[in-house]
Amino acid sequence: MSTLVINDLHANVLTSDGPKEILKGVTLTINPGEIHALMGPNGSGKSTLAYAIAGHPKYEITSGTVTLDGVDLQELTVDERAKAGLYLAMQYPVEVPGVSVSNFLRTAKTALDGEAPKVRTWVKDVQAALENLQLDKSFSGRSVNEGFSGGEKKRHEIAQLQLLNPKAAILDETDSGLDIDALKIVADGVNEYASAGDKAIVLITHYTRILRYIEPTYVHVFVDGKIAESGGRELADKLEAQGYEQYITAAANA
Amino acid sequence: MTTVTDAPNVAGAIESVESHLHPTPSWDLADHPVPTGREEIWRFSPVKKLKQLLDADAEGGSLDWESDVPEGVVVTSIGVEEAQALAAEAPVDRVSAIAAKNAVQRTHIDIPADAVYDEPIVFTGRGSGGIARDHYVVTVGANAKATLIFRWEGTASYAEKSDFVVGDGAELNLVTVQDWDEGSIHGGQRSVVVGRDAHVKTVTASLGGDVVRLQENMSYGGPGGELESYGVYFVDGPQHVQHRLFVDHNEPHTKSDVDYRGALQGKGAHAVWIGDVLIRKVAESIATFESNKNLLLTEGCQADSVPNLEIETGEIEDAGHASSTGRFDEEQLFYLRSRGISEKEARRLVVHGFFWEIIRRIDVEDIEQKLLARVEEELELLEQTQAEA
Ligand SMILES: Nc1ncnc2c1ncn2[C@@H]1O[C@H](COP(=O)(O)OP(=O)(O)OP(=O)(O)O)[C@@H](O)[C@H]1O
Ligand SMILES: [Mg+2]
Repeated sequence: MSTLVINDLHANVLTSDGPKEILKGVTLTINPGEIHALMGPNGSGKSTLAYAIAGHPKYEITSGTVTLDGVDLQELTVDERAKAGLYLAMQYPVEVPGVSVSNFLRTAKTALDGEAPKVRTWVKDVQAALENLQLDKSFSGRSVNEGFSGGEKKRHEIAQLQLLNPKAAILDETDSGLDIDALKIVADGVNEYASAGDKAIVLITHYTRILRYIEPTYVHVFVDGKIAESGGRELADKLEAQGYEQYITAAANA
Repeated sequence: MTTVTDAPNVAGAIESVESHLHPTPSWDLADHPVPTGREEIWRFSPVKKLKQLLDADAEGGSLDWESDVPEGVVVTSIGVEEAQALAAEAPVDRVSAIAAKNAVQRTHIDIPADAVYDEPIVFTGRGSGGIARDHYVVTVGANAKATLIFRWEGTASYAEKSDFVVGDGAELNLVTVQDWDEGSIHGGQRSVVVGRDAHVKTVTASLGGDVVRLQENMSYGGPGGELESYGVYFVDGPQHVQHRLFVDHNEPHTKSDVDYRGALQGKGAHAVWIGDVLIRKVAESIATFESNKNLLLTEGCQADSVPNLEIETGEIEDAGHASSTGRFDEEQLFYLRSRGISEKEARRLVVHGFFWEIIRRIDVEDIEQKLLARVEEELELLEQTQAEA
């Protein structure tokens, strides 16, 4: 059972000109088995929410709480949060030159499990995960994300999701930059992960097209650092038709 | 051997270029006065610490050399004049001028034309204190293929003048490892001439010694030559490690790819990298890229990185340079840690990756292993100082 609870979260991004408030009170509970789609205009703070929860050093939580299965994530370092079961598929996955995908995955798996994975099954698992996301075998020997195309980086994030199998996952625009075939592959990957039934998933996206393949439990409109409206998938359709205009105006007048 | 008769021309050509970057080469010691430390080529150097290497009158010997030389490769002792005739170029600084003039012996290593050696040819020089000087000239015959390794160990105040004249179509993998014990200083000049359509890869690894200051000059003996120059260095305070590259694109259709990387830690650690690339008027359709990256592992270290591109022709295929000096990349550490990898382990991965990109090019298993072990030592040292802090 995995419940991610975000309560009245305020957070700053640390810039060279000092801290800048981005999150202005985010409250959201993701129960086991739920998929929450988070949609909002550019710059509204979606990635900030993801980074703040994962513990990126450039972001600071100023008030509010985030818990995963009752564990206060703010008390934990970045890697301890991952060990507590949190996973973040990044909007811009980072290149790590000279570190092979296979070495990276094995190191991560070992760190998460507290012991090295069994060599035989692990090699097969890695191959299967890459294959599932239609990444060629050769990717395991390449440097992490280096020279990967935009779509390959996103598929690599989902391959990791399957292999590391966390309790809760925040997927930050994993659908951006994917062609239609890749979008299906990624959606299948997410659905397979979700099929365990007890995962808590936040799906940050700009487009309803991924919601054709991944059924959201709830859809939230994220504007100016907080949730402006919540609903079912009909809300996504409304956003597709009308855009964020009314929410942005409302936020500006608030 | 055409490569030998070509050598004086190369030296002559350098003289014709007006530039502050590369002083006029000369065998005459009078042309290389004792530096004050304010000269362009000396301003980054701890001249005082190099005193022994700048003193032409100091007593000096050689190192204790051991070698593993396969059949066909000829090693001979040669005289001053012959060494000068065979050399790629004359000395460009006082240390190498003294090495050439006052070495107790001069050595010619000849790899014959068309010979192919699968096993590396290894020379190991061991110092047991005191001043040592060497001038050696390596000639690689046309279409030969070999891996040549020079290792320096022990303790010495060592002045080096070396020349590598690589024949047409040859392939040379040249690995040099400065693995001195504490208390050593090493200065000198290495000059490589890449023959027509030849391919030369150099890997310079500076692992130990109080001061290492190497002038590495590269030029071409004909069109179509390709050069890859890699370097790795580990500088623990208060060590000083300086690599001064000069790539002279003096022939058309030549290529150079330079990538030097170092890690620094501890108070007073100082690394200097000078990357001068000259593209002459005749050097049409050349491609060059040079890069230097420094990883500052702790506070209190300094890296000077000075890339310099001097272009005299408009017809270039590609020319670029990059230089970066900094602490750990926060984004990389965050990415790894977000997958459960501890901070310590994430740092290890990043540092290993940083150096592996160079080390993997050495293509000599035991040297690769040695350097990887050295990366581990640096990380352990870092962990120790962080645990103490
Ligand atoms: N280093 C920084 N300096 C100044 N502002 C920053 C910095 N980092 C982020 N911001 C600002 O924080 C705000 C929120 O950014 P965030 O990346 O969270 O938006 P987002 O909703 O994910 O947008 P997108 O849909 O484009 O991915 C933006 O206005 C952004 O410009
Ligand atoms: Mg974003």
